[in-house]
Amino acid sequence: MSATDDRAPTPGTEGRPEAPVPSAANGRSVPQPRTRIVLADVSGREDRGDRTRAELAQQTRVGEALVRGLVRAQLALALRLSLVVVIGLGGLPWLFAIAPSVSRVTVLGVKLPWLLLGVASFPFLIGVGWAYVRLAERNEQDFTDLVQRPEH
Amino acid sequence: MENGLVVPAIVAVTLLTVGIGFYGLRLARTTSDFLVASRAISPTWNAAAIGGEYLSAASFLGVAGLILKYGVDVLWYPVGFAAGYLALLLFVAAPLRRSGAFTLPDFCELRLGSRRLRILATAFVIFIGWLYLVPQLQGAGLTLATITGSAYPVGAVLVAVVVTANVALGGMRAITFVQAFQYWLKLTALAVPAIFLALQWQADARPAVAPPDGPLFRTATSVVVEHPANLTFPDGEIRAVRPGETISFDAGDPVPEVAGVTIDAADWLLPSTAGADDRGLFATYSLILATFLGTMGLPHVLVRFYTNPDGAAARRTTLVVLALVGLFYLLPTIYGVLGRIYTPQLLVTGQTDAVVVLLPEAALGHGATGRLLAALVAAGAFAAFLSTSSGLLTSVAGVISTDVLGRGSVRGFRLATVIAGTVPAILALNVSGLDVSQVVGLAFAVAASSFCPLLVLGIWWRGLTDLGAAAGVLVGGGAAIAAVLVTVVGPPLSGWPATLVAQPAAWTVPLAFTVTVVVSAATRRRVPADVGATMLRLHAPDTLRL
Repeated sequence: MSATDDRAPTPGTEGRPEAPVPSAANGRSVPQPRTRIVLADVSGREDRGDRTRAELAQQTRVGEALVRGLVRAQLALALRLSLVVVIGLGGLPWLFAIAPSVSRVTVLGVKLPWLLLGVASFPFLIGVGWAYVRLAERNEQDFTDLVQRPEH
Repeated sequence: MENGLVVPAIVAVTLLTVGIGFYGLRLARTTSDFLVASRAISPTWNAAAIGGEYLSAASFLGVAGLILKYGVDVLWYPVGFAAGYLALLLFVAAPLRRSGAFTLPDFCELRLGSRRLRILATAFVIFIGWLYLVPQLQGAGLTLATITGSAYPVGAVLVAVVVTANVALGGMRAITFVQAFQYWLKLTALAVPAIFLALQWQADARPAVAPPDGPLFRTATSVVVEHPANLTFPDGEIRAVRPGETISFDAGDPVPEVAGVTIDAADWLLPSTAGADDRGLFATYSLILATFLGTMGLPHVLVRFYTNPDGAAARRTTLVVLALVGLFYLLPTIYGVLGRIYTPQLLVTGQTDAVVVLLPEAALGHGATGRLLAALVAAGAFAAFLSTSSGLLTSVAGVISTDVLGRGSVRGFRLATVIAGTVPAILALNVSGLDVSQVVGLAFAVAASSFCPLLVLGIWWRGLTDLGAAAGVLVGGGAAIAAVLVTVVGPPLSGWPATLVAQPAAWTVPLAFTVTVVVSAATRRRVPADVGATMLRLHAPDTLRL
């Protein structure tokens, strides 16, 4: 098959910080003290973030609601910014069509439609893209904070 | 066109392409290296590679030619070609990368779990890929014929052979280096001559771009007629010309009007107006829709996103691509506009696609500067043919090797490359008379009407079903393909039918979305059970590593 398999998510095997080896191990010489203490340590440190992650991965109702919220936020952002482009660029042919006098305006010796389409449209598109990357990353940061927030 | 520097420049570009390809070959070891470059390419390299792959013959030659011919209304081509990356960024880039699929058929199977939909998507990938490859090879043949006087098949076969060998031997890792190099070459090849051209225009006391009485010949020019045509002279005289006839114009003569070319200064300079030109307005919006939404559905564009390490990197790469592509598209306008002054004979011959390669010598003379710049532009044009064809071939071959031949081996990929390269080469040799820019525009329309709804709804809407997606692709994409076939081989049309068929996106894209949503809603029980897990995988931030 394809090379997609190597990307399959493997919950629980990645991204979990190595538990620090505690100094309590210097007591009596118990067989394999390290294993026992690490397990105790993990269960003691089980915070809300891990539980929320598990909820996400197991598709509980809480996890489902969290993901729906994220998808809705990202979609709303993308739609809002595309509306900016639809009005800012998509409105131009209509504007030129119903108000021909606008297209006769000359700026620096160049007709306005040439300047708007040939030059100004590109920085405009890049600006919208830049805003999207920033805002989408902020949405994701908010989601990450929500998931990883420790209990109280 | 006796410029002794052009052929060495083209040979140098071809050798450099092959050379960088072989340098990459030493690094390409495994199947994964071949197909997705082991996902170890930095965003800057990747963005330059995407830009290099994307800027095809249509962008390098076609846009300037269209501007020369039609004026301000076709500025929507470069704007739309760039804006396509914004739509890709907003709706597709990061989730698609996180999906882990690396071709469109992969995405269909991952999201909807349907083998049959996968087969349908495979067929569309191959169709769009070939539809886009044929005009690239044709453009190569025509350009080489224009600037060196060689026979038409030479350029087409040369590009087909070089690209097929390079992709088959180096795979995509090599291609990434090649494409990135070619972006910068293409940018330089248009930017440096553009500076000289602008200075020359200043030195010539800034002749008017659109004199009120239409363009004039600056120097004595003779045009050899190849096809029968009616020339309309400004004094109202209509003269029928026959093939073989030579028409001579003196310096200062006005350019006669040939059917299909915008001569009138106001028409060229000003956009379509309502009432008088409703069909022009419809065509403009259709073009906007096709280019804005078609980019995300082009197979050679999507495959690049899997070489990003994660979703956030895919997003940043797309933004850099948007900037690189936007920078490039500032330049063709300069050529199209100055072509009105320095190469008005192209308006009579109709070979406006040649304006970029002919303009340097026409404006700067046949001295060393003019010849060097002409060679640079020719090298850039060849880079455009090579890079876009390579990208298309890589993605079509990838799909053929995994979905049609059914093996993931390096040998399978090589066999698929040869198949994928041979078919369009044969088509390019046998089908003549296709207009490069128009066919490329139709490829965008097909992509926008088939894969755009599939991707956007698949990423953002849980209710999508396999039947809904298949119906949308078949109806929307099918309608667009029908329009392509009517345009290419059908009878000549006029009036509204001609507009609806030549620029179909404004009706086929809404049709595809509507059919997809309605059929999905009617087959709600077929929504995949794991849609929640898929949504989580597509949208969860990379840092969570769920």
